[in-house]
Amino acid sequence: MMPPPKLPGRLTALALLGTLLFTPPLIGLFDHPGANGLSWLPLYLFAVWGLLILAAALLLESSDED
Amino acid sequence: MKWEALLFVVAFGYLALLFVIAAWADRRAEKGHSVIGSPLVYTLSIAVYCTAWTFYGSVGRASHYGPAFLSIYLGPTLAMLFGWMLLRRMVRIARAQRITSIADFISTRYGKSDSLGALVTLVAVIGIMPYIALQLKAITFSHAVLTAYPAEAQTNLIAAGVLSDKSFWVALVLAVFIILFGTRHLDASERHEGMVAAIAFESMIKLLAFLAVGLFATFTLFGSPGELLQRAATLPELDEGFGIAAVPGGAGGWVGSLLLAGLAFFTLPRQFQVLVIENVDERHIRRASWLFPLYLLAINLFVIPIALAGLLLGNAAGNPDSFVLTIGLAAGPDWLPLLAFIGGLSAATGMMIVETIALSTMISNHLVMPLLLRLRWLHLDSRRELSGLILGVRRIAIILILLLGYLYHALIGESYSLVTIGLVSFAAAAQFAPSLLLGLYWRGAARRGAAAGLIGGILVWAYTLLLPGFAQSGWLDARLLSDGAFGLAWLRPYALFGLEGWDIYSHALFWSLLVNVGLLVGVSLFSRQNRLEQTQAALFTGNLHPDLLPTSLWQGETLRGELRALLNRYLGAVATARLIPRGKGEPDDTLPATQEQISAAEQALAGALGGASARVLINSVVRGEALDLEAVLSILDTTSQTLEYNRRLEQKSHELARIGAELRRANEQLRELDRLKDEFVAMVSHELRTPLTSIRAFAEILRDSPDVDVAQRTHFLEIVVRESERLSRLIEEILDLARLESGRMPLNPEPLDLAGLARQSTEAVGHLCRERGVELEVDLPEDGAPVVADPDRLQQVIINLLDNASKFAARPDGRISLHLAPHKGHWQLSVEDNGGGIAEEEWEKVFEKFHQVEQTGDSNGTRPRGTGLGLPISRGIVANLGGRLWIEKSRRLGGARFVIELPEAPPQSGQDPDAQWLPAS
Repeated sequence: MMPPPKLPGRLTALALLGTLLFTPPLIGLFDHPGANGLSWLPLYLFAVWGLLILAAALLLESSDED
Repeated sequence: MKWEALLFVVAFGYLALLFVIAAWADRRAEKGHSVIGSPLVYTLSIAVYCTAWTFYGSVGRASHYGPAFLSIYLGPTLAMLFGWMLLRRMVRIARAQRITSIADFISTRYGKSDSLGALVTLVAVIGIMPYIALQLKAITFSHAVLTAYPAEAQTNLIAAGVLSDKSFWVALVLAVFIILFGTRHLDASERHEGMVAAIAFESMIKLLAFLAVGLFATFTLFGSPGELLQRAATLPELDEGFGIAAVPGGAGGWVGSLLLAGLAFFTLPRQFQVLVIENVDERHIRRASWLFPLYLLAINLFVIPIALAGLLLGNAAGNPDSFVLTIGLAAGPDWLPLLAFIGGLSAATGMMIVETIALSTMISNHLVMPLLLRLRWLHLDSRRELSGLILGVRRIAIILILLLGYLYHALIGESYSLVTIGLVSFAAAAQFAPSLLLGLYWRGAARRGAAAGLIGGILVWAYTLLLPGFAQSGWLDARLLSDGAFGLAWLRPYALFGLEGWDIYSHALFWSLLVNVGLLVGVSLFSRQNRLEQTQAALFTGNLHPDLLPTSLWQGETLRGELRALLNRYLGAVATARLIPRGKGEPDDTLPATQEQISAAEQALAGALGGASARVLINSVVRGEALDLEAVLSILDTTSQTLEYNRRLEQKSHELARIGAELRRANEQLRELDRLKDEFVAMVSHELRTPLTSIRAFAEILRDSPDVDVAQRTHFLEIVVRESERLSRLIEEILDLARLESGRMPLNPEPLDLAGLARQSTEAVGHLCRERGVELEVDLPEDGAPVVADPDRLQQVIINLLDNASKFAARPDGRISLHLAPHKGHWQLSVEDNGGGIAEEEWEKVFEKFHQVEQTGDSNGTRPRGTGLGLPISRGIVANLGGRLWIEKSRRLGGARFVIELPEAPPQSGQDPDAQWLPAS
């Protein structure tokens, strides 16, 4: 018997994690100004964004599930 | 004015390049070398999501609203991660049903409904037209910025005249392009290779252009990102400092636009076109799921640096919406603004091309054709060729859409900034999401519900976003905004029912989706689906696999000639010949059409005209319903029942397999026990025979030799008696063992003092030890060791251990010791000797029945032999008393150490201080 596919569950979990990281209250944690008066928020968003893409790429390219 | 001629050449040169690329791709496709069959091209074509609104507007949005622009791209990123399965499913359905657009998808899902398709088309046209206008406005605007710089750009079209407006000519060239490459085939569900190749190229150009401007602003103009940020800290405009407070509506507005962008990403007609209709291979979705977010990340990376650089340049850069252009103009080389202009042009044209194709297909298939088919007086049935007519309708639609877009831009475009229009369109497109997504997962979603939801949602959208926009432009009384319709404060469009403090888009999205989903679900629950709807619902939700439909369900009859004539009229002779090939020789037009041919004909017509019209046409030539829906539904029922049975059967077989494994294990255990038992019996017989043999031998000697002397006779008789005793002891032990193993050993546990019992045992073996010359050390606690045990049996165990120890102690100078001590709520009684000890691998074996320890280091063989049953019996007794018996190495004396562990007895219940709290029962 075929084992149930893992990829959909993993991707959904990743997307849920992304949703969590991109919404309040978590984004509020990084919304405070740095030394030059600009908020850290954009940097945080770009960093999380990049990591999400990396994780998705690893998940999707390493799995050979159809 | 130096830019005027140059821009003209560059803009139209760029458009000419698009023609070349599209023509080349189409040529390659005809030869069978498709250039668009790669995940990379698919990703780039999805990037049509980034329009001129992204290219120019993101910087403007970042300057005004901080990180708000990012939510427009984070939404699709999440949607793409969530959507891998969803998108794959939509692509599969679209392929199987020959879907041509999002209107066709929704109409086909809800029973191939004409009216729903028309409704979706209308909503799309109304909602998207401003968005097309926005692209034209961006072209006009960017042209004006470049030519007027350093003066403020004048974009008053009416004053300048339409013919001198470049965007008018761009729109016309685009119309030609789209007609050439977008309406080559009648079959709209076939791919537009040339168009997709051109779009992918445009996506590359706009990314490169934006990156070039960004790199220049960050590294050339200000040296490094750090330097830029350092300088930016002095800007007075950045009070909010790119925090969430700068976003309209704050955190709520942020979440709202995240959701809005995520939904619109699937439901904007152009996105549906590139994501689903133009998808060549569903495996491309996998790579695009991360590559497309990467594209979005790349194109957004420099938005904030460009915004900061523009703000730092101050007046030289002008309006934030034009920073992408003016940074190059103010401080860069000449080619930079030119490259930026081309980038903006590519972003605008790419969007217009795909959106126009999608809309024109929807208009021709869902607005015009159903109407034409209804109008009997046109006598469409008698016309010989209709494929030309359909293509003509589509081409006129293309020209009309672009012209309307242009008109919109020329007349009311002035009153909106770039930013607002885009999100208004997003909110309109998001209205398709409930019927699209719920339709894919909920079989009960019905046509009436979808229609009601869509109408309700779009009315709320119009009231909360469109009309206020008109009011702000001065087309409607501005008091609508402040006082509400009819002067009712709770009807204020931006604060419906008093919901205030939200940004206008989240506000509109909330109310419109609430109404939309509410009506869709509510009406669906209270309406009946007709048979076709039920069938389609089952196909879309995956409850019915299309392969399960046997062709025998296609009933109804027609002649091949009639079918050919129908196809000929709508699709042309070539397609007809391919679909229903003629046999060799004699004409077969009078033969009845096979069911496969009827279904193929319906599919082909659906690909050109949409599902609803195709069904009308097929039923017009087929006598009786083409597809026996009753039978399909019964199949559906059977299928779901079969699936249910399968599921249960699978469960049952799992269970059976589990039980089977258990039985096998039990059987193996039984066999092992059987083997052990045989072995045991064999050993018992052997052990019994040995004494019996010697008894018999000596008895025979005594019988046969009457003249044996008295001393000899006495000796023989002693042997007989000893062996008989051994025999009866053996039998007693075997019986004990049998009782122990069957659990019938009569044990009478009672509270006792283990120390006292141990002392008695040492006294019992004291004589034996002295006889064997073994010294016995005893170490017992003074104040007793309370345990619960059967005193006789426990004593038997202790004596057995002491007896063994004295047997195996060293000769001479044998020493054994008895030691009793408490250990973690137990009493441990250990018996040690100073003999040769027992090898570690033998530690468990000595507890096996009839196992005799090799008498190491003792060559004279004078030791008394045991029966080999003492230790198994001891262990059985101790275990039955709730304790343990094991061997370890004696550290003190160097030989073996046997340990009995018994739980400490609880305090006597009579003396228990807690006992008085027990309920008196």
